[in-house]
Amino acid sequence: MTLDPNTLLAIVAMAVATVLTRIGGLVLIRFVTIGPQQKRALDAIPPAVLMAVIAPTAFVTGPAETLAALATAIVATRLPLLAAVATGVIVVAVARASIGA
Amino acid sequence: MKRAGIFDEFAGGARAMAPLIVAVMPIGLVFGAVAAAKGLSSLEVLLMSALVFAGGSQFVAMDIWTHPASWSALAFSGLLVNIRHVLMSASIGTKMPAFSGPAKYAAMLLLADEIWAMAEFRAGGTRLTPAWYAGLALPFYCVWVLTSLAGSIAGAFVGDPKTIGLDFAFPAVFIVLVMGFWKGREAGAVLAASAVAAVIADQFLPGVWYIAAGAAAGVAATLFASQRREACA
Repeated sequence: MTLDPNTLLAIVAMAVATVLTRIGGLVLIRFVTIGPQQKRALDAIPPAVLMAVIAPTAFVTGPAETLAALATAIVATRLPLLAAVATGVIVVAVARASIGA
Repeated sequence: MKRAGIFDEFAGGARAMAPLIVAVMPIGLVFGAVAAAKGLSSLEVLLMSALVFAGGSQFVAMDIWTHPASWSALAFSGLLVNIRHVLMSASIGTKMPAFSGPAKYAAMLLLADEIWAMAEFRAGGTRLTPAWYAGLALPFYCVWVLTSLAGSIAGAFVGDPKTIGLDFAFPAVFIVLVMGFWKGREAGAVLAASAVAAVIADQFLPGVWYIAAGAAAGVAATLFASQRREACA
């Protein structure tokens, strides 16, 4: 078990940077008055961020990922979260194995 | 709140998080193995996962790791990769009336994509309590730290999670949550704008700028739609 001083400094610097982003939003909403327009913008953040995170995987990574994303979305309209996620994982594994992607 | 109530809330959060806790295990193992291959000791891997607790930026850090480590480059990349957390904490911060001031900040220290997404979903249906949030965050955090440590010890024995499709578990969870937001034309416009902007940004910009681009486009779409509605009224 060794601990290099440069590595420790890097880890602490990364931790500080990450903490700043985590509490940054809380600080922001203390200083910005939340009117109807700001409220609408804040309400749009969760779907917009979630969609942005998955869009490259779902649409341009490869046919296996696109197919699995579609299957997950369809199952999600009928079955609970766990079933939809399991479907996605199984479809992507089978599709990658069969088309070699 | 009574003691049993707090425990029930905690258990409810942990149950909701269970699929994500299972899905993060192989990712933690792989992170530990990658970090060990880069020359980090198990103690260093443990410290990084415990103090940074942000999978995406930890993997990026391993990509650009040097000997000796450059703290400024690593901190800057961590800032860029995690800048989305500012949006997430601003959004969930308005939905935490059950939290005291210090509790809000403490909760944000364990903010991660998966925890934030589940908390938003909970807050959309009912009151988000500190105990429920703790049920989401604490088991997930412990599993991340412990599996990273295990991966660094097991090292090269850890296989590639891609072969069994486990890398798709997180996108799949997010897809399910996006489907839950799919209500009405305005939400559709937000999702479409975000998807188009994210895909284009991902093609032309390095790193994780695509998340910021998608978020900005989605917010712009909702503001544009509301302005048009006011102009028509």
